[in-house]
Amino acid sequence: MDHTPPPFFKRGPAPLVRLFFFASLSLALLVVDARFRYVDGLRTWLALAAYPLQRAATWPIDIAVSVGGYFSTQANLIEENERLRAQALANMQDAQRYHALQAETAELRRIIGAIDKLEVQSTPAEVLYLSRDPYAHKLFIDRGSVQGVRPGSPVADDTGVVGQVTRVHPLLSEVTLLTNPDQAIPVQVVRNGLRAVAFGGGASGMIELRYMPANAEVQNGDRLVTSGIDGTYPAGLAVATVVRVERDEERSFARVICKPAAGIERGRYVLVLSNEAEGARPPRPDETQAKERRAEKTRRAKTKDKAAGDDSQ
Amino acid sequence: MIPSSSQILLPVRMSTIIASFALALFLNFLPWRDLRLVPDFVALVLAFWCVRQPRLVGLGVGWTLGLLTDAGNGVLLGQHALAYSVLAFLSVWLSRRILWFGPMLQSLHIVLILLVTQAAVLLVRLAAGDPFPGWPIIVGPLGGALLWPLVTWLLLLPQRRQEREQAI
Repeated sequence: MDHTPPPFFKRGPAPLVRLFFFASLSLALLVVDARFRYVDGLRTWLALAAYPLQRAATWPIDIAVSVGGYFSTQANLIEENERLRAQALANMQDAQRYHALQAETAELRRIIGAIDKLEVQSTPAEVLYLSRDPYAHKLFIDRGSVQGVRPGSPVADDTGVVGQVTRVHPLLSEVTLLTNPDQAIPVQVVRNGLRAVAFGGGASGMIELRYMPANAEVQNGDRLVTSGIDGTYPAGLAVATVVRVERDEERSFARVICKPAAGIERGRYVLVLSNEAEGARPPRPDETQAKERRAEKTRRAKTKDKAAGDDSQ
Repeated sequence: MIPSSSQILLPVRMSTIIASFALALFLNFLPWRDLRLVPDFVALVLAFWCVRQPRLVGLGVGWTLGLLTDAGNGVLLGQHALAYSVLAFLSVWLSRRILWFGPMLQSLHIVLILLVTQAAVLLVRLAAGDPFPGWPIIVGPLGGALLWPLVTWLLLLPQRRQEREQAI
């Protein structure tokens, strides 16, 4: 026990009153955050305050990696070198073929008069940590608005799509993983070009295709890639492999369970892709529709005025 | 052995409290493999200071730490703030009672407080429309309560050591 005497007269409000105050403040914040997103500015400042600790929390792993590297034997290194060289050779061949094919595609596109595809730019980023919340499937990367990351950019690692940037703070950004139940991504089956939308499966770590017709042609082992239809994800990135197809007699939809291609909760480095050049993106359909509707309205109003003028004459 | 509640301790330094909270936040931000199984260190340290120093650390500190945790984890702003306010209230309210017991029986009180805190977070998440994350979420509070005697020993060290030197 410490020996300061209790202050008899000055004790502030009773604990229950304080609990009531702070609980209502928290609930108000929760509602404002969940429904209206008014407090993103406050969140940015708080995230900036927590940043040094978050950054520091990645040191133990860096140290473990560097200590492990110090003790790695020469044999290991030689073996790894061999493997990497073989892989680089294979990659080189792929890259050459890719360039040839790209040139060919460009030629074909020119012939059929299609618009040139936008170049995909990528920024490498390091994964800081996974969100400490078993409900949210999110991770944090060490690139933020200062480095030019924009909300909505897709994030991929060397094997496939990881997720999408959902919130950008000055020095770090928040990536919602594909396994998040609220996250959807348009996909295409490589084998037959069938298009679908994949949703996160939550705690199972899988993703699933919902609302597929029961007779849809999907098999175990089918590879899914992004279809590029939404204009957010570039087309052709690996997303997942089908592991199970549940066709229920009673329901008219099949449920397709897929395993994500990327090491969604494992990798340390990711690429933030951005395929929207400023102003190159076509306007959203609702915007154009609204504009058309407005134009229609003014036209109608004008004709009405004209008619009224004609009547009065 | 003298019960912990009757030992005369040095007055606590503010720097100790701040350092302990920084360390707890650091431990929480470490990249753990399965977060449901890891005790919430901030909750544990907050409960400790609310029990030991109810006039220095209380609901305001808990609420601020909760906001920091929420922003750091990118979850709904206010869910941990609410949970830590409840935790601070319970700890301040029960502090005189808890200090009466030995470390093991104190842990039994703490496990209840931590479970109520976890339940507050769970309720907020369920209300926000998230699925139930499975029963392993109660492992974290249980582990936290097991760590309680260790936390008590560690956090009282700065208040105790010099006293022993003085006795010699």
